[in-house]
Amino acid sequence: MPNATGKIIGVNGNLISVEVEGNVALNEVGYAVVGAQRLKSEVIRIRGNRAEMQVFESTRSIGIGDRVEFTGELLTVELGPGLLSRVFDGLQNPLPEVAEQHGFFLPRGVYMAPLDRTLKWQFAPAVAPGDTVRAADTLGTVPEGIFQHCIMVPFHMRGSYQVVSIAAPGEYTVDTPIAELKDAAGELHQVTMVFEWPVKRPITHFAQRLRPTEQMVTKVRIIDTFLPVALGGTYCIPGPFGAGKTVLQQVTSRNADVDIVIIAAVGERAGEVVETLREFPKLTDPRTGRSLMERTIIICNTSSMPVAAREASVYTAVTIAEYYRQMGLHILLLADSTSRWAQAMREMSGRLEEIPGEEAFPAYLESVVASFYERAGLVELNNSKKGSITIGGTVSPAGGNFEEPVTQATLKVVGAFHGLSRDRANARRYPAIDPLDSWSKYKGCNDPQRTEYARDIIFKGNEISQMMKVVGEEGTSISDYITYQKAEFLDRVYLQQDSFHPIDAAVSVERQRHVFELLFSILSAELKLENQEEARDFFNTMRQYFLDYNVAEWQSEQFKQLEDRIRTLLKSKQIGIDPVAKELVASTD
Amino acid sequence: MRKVYSRIEAIAGNVITVTARGARYDELALVNSAHGQSLAQVIRLDQDKVSLQVFSGARGISTGDEVRFLGHSMQVSFSENLLGRIFDGSGQPRDNGPSLEENLIEVGGPAVNPARRIIPRNMIRTGIPMIDVFNTLVESQKLPIFSVSGEPYNELLARIALQAEVDLIILGGIGLKYDDYLYFKDTLEEGGALSHCIFFVHTASDPTVEALMVPDISLAVAEQFALQGKRVLVLLSDMTNFADALKEIAVTMEQVPSNRGYPGDLYSQLASRYEKAVDFEGAGSITILSVTTMPGDDVTHPIPDNTGYITEGQFYLRNGRIEPFGSLSRLKQLVNSRTRKDHRAIMDAMITLYAAYLESQEKRSMGFRMTDWDNKLLKYGGLFEEKMLDLSVNIPLEEALDLGWEILAACFTPAETGLRSELIAEFWPAREAVS
Ligand SMILES: Nc1ncnc2c1ncn2[C@@H]1O[C@H](COP(=O)(O)OP(=O)(O)OP(=O)(O)O)[C@@H](O)[C@H]1O
Ligand SMILES: [Mg+2]
Repeated sequence: MPNATGKIIGVNGNLISVEVEGNVALNEVGYAVVGAQRLKSEVIRIRGNRAEMQVFESTRSIGIGDRVEFTGELLTVELGPGLLSRVFDGLQNPLPEVAEQHGFFLPRGVYMAPLDRTLKWQFAPAVAPGDTVRAADTLGTVPEGIFQHCIMVPFHMRGSYQVVSIAAPGEYTVDTPIAELKDAAGELHQVTMVFEWPVKRPITHFAQRLRPTEQMVTKVRIIDTFLPVALGGTYCIPGPFGAGKTVLQQVTSRNADVDIVIIAAVGERAGEVVETLREFPKLTDPRTGRSLMERTIIICNTSSMPVAAREASVYTAVTIAEYYRQMGLHILLLADSTSRWAQAMREMSGRLEEIPGEEAFPAYLESVVASFYERAGLVELNNSKKGSITIGGTVSPAGGNFEEPVTQATLKVVGAFHGLSRDRANARRYPAIDPLDSWSKYKGCNDPQRTEYARDIIFKGNEISQMMKVVGEEGTSISDYITYQKAEFLDRVYLQQDSFHPIDAAVSVERQRHVFELLFSILSAELKLENQEEARDFFNTMRQYFLDYNVAEWQSEQFKQLEDRIRTLLKSKQIGIDPVAKELVASTD
Repeated sequence: MRKVYSRIEAIAGNVITVTARGARYDELALVNSAHGQSLAQVIRLDQDKVSLQVFSGARGISTGDEVRFLGHSMQVSFSENLLGRIFDGSGQPRDNGPSLEENLIEVGGPAVNPARRIIPRNMIRTGIPMIDVFNTLVESQKLPIFSVSGEPYNELLARIALQAEVDLIILGGIGLKYDDYLYFKDTLEEGGALSHCIFFVHTASDPTVEALMVPDISLAVAEQFALQGKRVLVLLSDMTNFADALKEIAVTMEQVPSNRGYPGDLYSQLASRYEKAVDFEGAGSITILSVTTMPGDDVTHPIPDNTGYITEGQFYLRNGRIEPFGSLSRLKQLVNSRTRKDHRAIMDAMITLYAAYLESQEKRSMGFRMTDWDNKLLKYGGLFEEKMLDLSVNIPLEEALDLGWEILAACFTPAETGLRSELIAEFWPAREAVS
């Protein structure tokens, strides 16, 4: 059956209405032909013979009567070796390669193959003729940077197949057939190293989903200790503009203890992507000693790039994540900002004149957000290996108010909430995660009871500081005042962290545990401080030592010296241990 | 010759609808009415119904008036001849100079490929400590001044324009008060800068729709100069008027509003303009400084809110000075590690202490006893406001940093500042210089 064609009968922003001849499918891709240019578009509504399509490009100079050529295919991404360390737009066009050919600007209607067609990969077969395989089974491997990239039976192939032939070890391009498979009906299928998968359909070729239990280490103290994220879990970072969402994701993308990081820059500033793009090749990944770029994929559809492609970009990113998860790897997907994606949906919904929900977002916003985060998870694959996708999305609430549809929809589905506060950002208390409002359902790197004890001090300190605003310092008891100072101290030396300092920016779990123990001994100490003046002096000095300690190299001479200094200072004023803490220590040691 | 349509079917707000064939999206048309000619732009196509926004407004247009499609979208002439000239919102001369028709370039062209951008690296010095020390301005930055009306934001813009080291200044006036337009002109003229300035000015008395073109025209011209290697500073005042013009059209087109009547694509619309700020690899750059007046002094209003999410920081102008809180240059860390090694630490410490000062001040106003510490903070706050915060202070960055240390030393012991010992050892003044 030939593909359908159509004629444009309406243009409204990036939405075109098309009179269709033939059959079309929802989410089918078509090209609007404008002069010599072909503009990629996607069917988003069908009514009778009229289809509404979102155009992934500027619609300037489209006219009534222009032709649309449908492809019979859904919006897909190309999967195969060579995705790592690359930079794609929301439709998987490789941006550096586009730049090489077209210079400074993004020309309209230019689409390039995501994977390099000339590059040869060193293939090692993993099956033999006669073996039985199913979709997602590994046929062989090729080394891709630091990983053994599995060449799998394309995910869309149903049922089981017999391997008829498999390529000998050697170098092949992605388009070279490497296996011949026979289906139950005896029909032969040639398989190459590359295949396509529709972005809006989750890849579910695994044995079972597991509960995320293991921690995903970010090396950000406040997260790993107080608001942890699990491998295969989900979390969100809502916050007003300028509160530090992007910086937090940037440091996480550098330091997170995962195999692969996929950064989806969704409708935000191009400049921020450039920082990653230019810095990562120069930075080494401490886990592998190789360049950070080797474990990174950037999907970049920034705010001045077409809005419809922005909507597609989160799906492109998560589909690529699922592909690598199938190899038994742990993937972190960071999306900045999911609000821009929701806004892209809102724009289309408005043009389709759908009945608007709150703040004009479409009524299906919640279910779409939920099904996106559902694509995260820890799974046991068919070969019993484990793979995971952790998703962290920033949210940019209108007016910084979390009571808005996108934040609320997101909070319903994620496992951890790192809410950034305007007040903390203004006071330069970075990362500006609000320790009082935020929560996590996952388990952190320190003893839970001691963590809770420390957290409790933050809450108490906050209460006391509220009270102090009313009754003043002189109306505050010395013991309350010390608790307040402890909370401030904990905040300054542990919750706050300098993301731009070479040492302080990333703190290993080992160091976090060590430092937390020391911190705990200060927090739980009963101190002989006569008055508020003395208490303030003590904590000022302690803070000074501790800040120096935080920026000292782990286990260096200086580190140890500073630690001694801290212990000595503590000893000089300590008269006991808070009974609650004593009990807690006794029960856990 | 393009066909002329002389049946206007509907007129609403500043949008007219005609029945026509062959019109293209975004295309320009000329509307001839009894009041003269106006440009109009296609904003929707529905079968043979073509909706156009009329730049000089639809008031006075009659259903019998002529509409002639031009076969192209908005263009502007680009050459060195633009320098020193003043144009209106649709690119027509506002001075007495000749109209320019040569070398027409597309307005609102494609986005820059992110892969071709480079990390901004040059600080733009302004001599204003609240900017240079605390919110360093960086070449290729896009940064608005958030202000309530009545604040001297245009004065600040003009002063930065004069002191900034750039090759070219483009002023995009959007709903600019006539006096303010003259103020810019006079100030830049007196400063000897007019010959490397270009003005595209839409004043408050000009038709609203014309305001919509100003950012695009200004930035299209800036882009061409930047590609030729020029460092261009684009000033846009006031982007709130731009957003309001967008809203007006959206309402006329019966778009579903998202927030307080503003269209759902306000973010994308603003972003596609601000994102023109760029540092081109191997060529020049565009830096955008804009003004966003906050309706009702409310930063959560959709215009400042969306702007804040797009731009690389913001300067809050309040009570005649740049607020130390909230004001933020997000690119500062790209340059302030290379200015002087105490720069960042001084910046952080002084702001933290200033925050503590405000708390003490509040306590005092509530009648609480001031502790020694409070008194130190009060002294500090006073010095900080007088020597750093005041917008009339005009000193180079290095002097401002030294001054910072002196102010700290005059008020505190080293440990009280929270500064790292290593910096204190190097920079703490031997004696108290300020008192
Ligand atoms: N951890 C941090 N340490 C030091 N400075 C920080 C930190 N986080 C944020 N900042 C400062 O705040 C600025 C804004 O941060 P960021 O760009 O991450 O905000 P955002 O929440 O992503 O804002 P938007 O929603 O507008 O994108 C940074 O440029 C930096 O100056
Ligand atoms: Mg951000």
